[in-house]
Amino acid sequence: MSAEPAVPRHMPVVGSVTSRMSVVSVIQRSASMVVLVVVLAIGAIAFGGNFASAQNLQNIAVAASFLAVVSAGMTFVIISGGIDLSVGSMLALGAVLAAWSSQWGSVPAIVVPLVVCTAQGVVHGLLIGRRGLPPFIVTLAGLLFARGLAFYVSDDGNTTHLIRSGMNVSWLGQGKILGIGVPLVIAAVVFALGGIALNRTRYGQAVYAVGGAEEAAKLAGVRVANIRVRLYAVSGLLAGLAGLLVAARSSSGLSTIGNGLELEAIAAVVIGGTLLSGGSGSLTGTLAGVLLLEVIQNLINQVGTLSSYYQQVVSGVFLIVVVVVQAYLSRREAR
Amino acid sequence: MADASISVPGQVAIRRGLREGGVYVALAGVVVFNLLFTPNFASLDNARLQLVQVAPVVVVALGMALVIGTGGIDLSVGSVMAIAAALIPAYLGYGPWVAIGVAIVGGMAIGLLNGTLIAWLGLQPIVATLGTLVAGRGLALVIAEGRLTELFDPTLRKIGTGSIVGLPYTVLIATGLGVLIAVVVKRTLFGRRVVAIGGNREAATLAGLPVVRSLLFVYILCAGLAAVAGVMATSRALASDPSFVGLLIELNAITAVVVGGTALTGGRVRVVGTIAGAILMQLIIATLIRHNLPDSAARMVQAAVIVAAVYLQRDRVS
Repeated sequence: MSAEPAVPRHMPVVGSVTSRMSVVSVIQRSASMVVLVVVLAIGAIAFGGNFASAQNLQNIAVAASFLAVVSAGMTFVIISGGIDLSVGSMLALGAVLAAWSSQWGSVPAIVVPLVVCTAQGVVHGLLIGRRGLPPFIVTLAGLLFARGLAFYVSDDGNTTHLIRSGMNVSWLGQGKILGIGVPLVIAAVVFALGGIALNRTRYGQAVYAVGGAEEAAKLAGVRVANIRVRLYAVSGLLAGLAGLLVAARSSSGLSTIGNGLELEAIAAVVIGGTLLSGGSGSLTGTLAGVLLLEVIQNLINQVGTLSSYYQQVVSGVFLIVVVVVQAYLSRREAR
Repeated sequence: MADASISVPGQVAIRRGLREGGVYVALAGVVVFNLLFTPNFASLDNARLQLVQVAPVVVVALGMALVIGTGGIDLSVGSVMAIAAALIPAYLGYGPWVAIGVAIVGGMAIGLLNGTLIAWLGLQPIVATLGTLVAGRGLALVIAEGRLTELFDPTLRKIGTGSIVGLPYTVLIATGLGVLIAVVVKRTLFGRRVVAIGGNREAATLAGLPVVRSLLFVYILCAGLAAVAGVMATSRALASDPSFVGLLIELNAITAVVVGGTALTGGRVRVVGTIAGAILMQLIIATLIRHNLPDSAARMVQAAVIVAAVYLQRDRVS
């Protein structure tokens, strides 16, 4: 899409990395963590107990967990050099299907959204991986389709399906494990499993390889199409899971939620140091990116005099600044 | 360059024909279907309604076609519309034309920012314009303090709802801009440069083309067109509504360009195809709704049309 300079990718498997390059890439990869710590410190100093209380921090974390689950899938897709614009609509589809199928019990309420969203992800993957269509367009169409299906299931917005109180599925959104909200626990599990898959398995290495140099990966025997199908399937599954969690938390499936969520997820991934050109990136960076977006929102809410519209301005400017710094660093690295 | 078809014998020619003319065939098909099966379709009122509704999308899509022609993308067009909409009531005190001028210049400022980030700093277009999409919408809401403002200006009312010999002003503006962009693409040096940059940026640079300047200008032009669309939408609604104006229009515009036969890889600008693409999508939705298919089904059909359009262009992409 753009004329990025040819950047040597820092895949975790590469052996010969010069010391200066690795220093820069460490900065690039952990910059979002550093900024997160700084922002948290500023918040704590400026607002004291109002911000730095266990309650507020847990609120931030729970609010972040839905975006985090979606962004985990997005990280995989972007590392492979692709993009998934459908996740916001898929989240809505997952929420609507969870609430709709809860009329037959908790098990369908969990299974139906996950299966349907995964299936749509597989279709995306087949069109992209096997037919060679551009991911941007395929998932753009997927965005429309999933939203259409979510509307269709809720009678074009005339019906909002509810999850009856006292159903087991509600625990996924409202329950607690050792005092920690279940969505947060699930998000943590997703990131732990994702981290293992990305860094410790052949599959993860293949994802990096596909994003870094697709031709080389093909020649090295990586089944690129197969990898792609699985990537978009997982992204769909995770968006559906996030939708299920939202439905369980709010006891309802609104077909209008998740608008623009794909952009938030992409922003979180990019802020986390993953390059959109593919071949490099990390899940920890994404986690920091998600938390940063949520913390900024929380801080702006704390400043009572600022309207919440400033949050969008700050998030957007922040995204641009991060990317400019990244571009600068990778240009230095390329030299 | 655009739309010029060389006759190649056999199967290649058929494929090429589908790619080049697919959108016109589909458009003709939809019109014929409607003439046969939709009551009251062939009325002037209906034609006018469809054209008025599609006019802002066409204007945005024209700019998007140029940007996509350079191999880029501009996600911020909806937010630029919102900024233009927010600026109008703020400057209406100086007269409607000043307000419109400020709105368009304000929108172009976002384009300048996009262009600077992309052409000078080398950011990927999708990330840079994602940033301005988020920040721009916020900025519009800050300017308008989040409020919808009703407008009672006679000039704006005339632009938005008036017409001349039965042709609404907004449709005339969109047509005029379409002709202008078509001429720019086909007949000017700038148009050639846009296509050259999209085709092969390295080569364009080596050939001594002013790549950075041209890219900068493309993004400013795209934002300027989006701002015009914002003015059109605002004057038609007689209200400045920065939270909702232009929401998701980037998707409609990209769809129009792609369905019109332009590959996202750049190197081509098909102006007439883009306009046809926008009208096709508008008519498909209108047709489905006329035949009592719910809005939800219309969206799913839209998705299928997009995939089909890209599928036909596939061999060009890969």
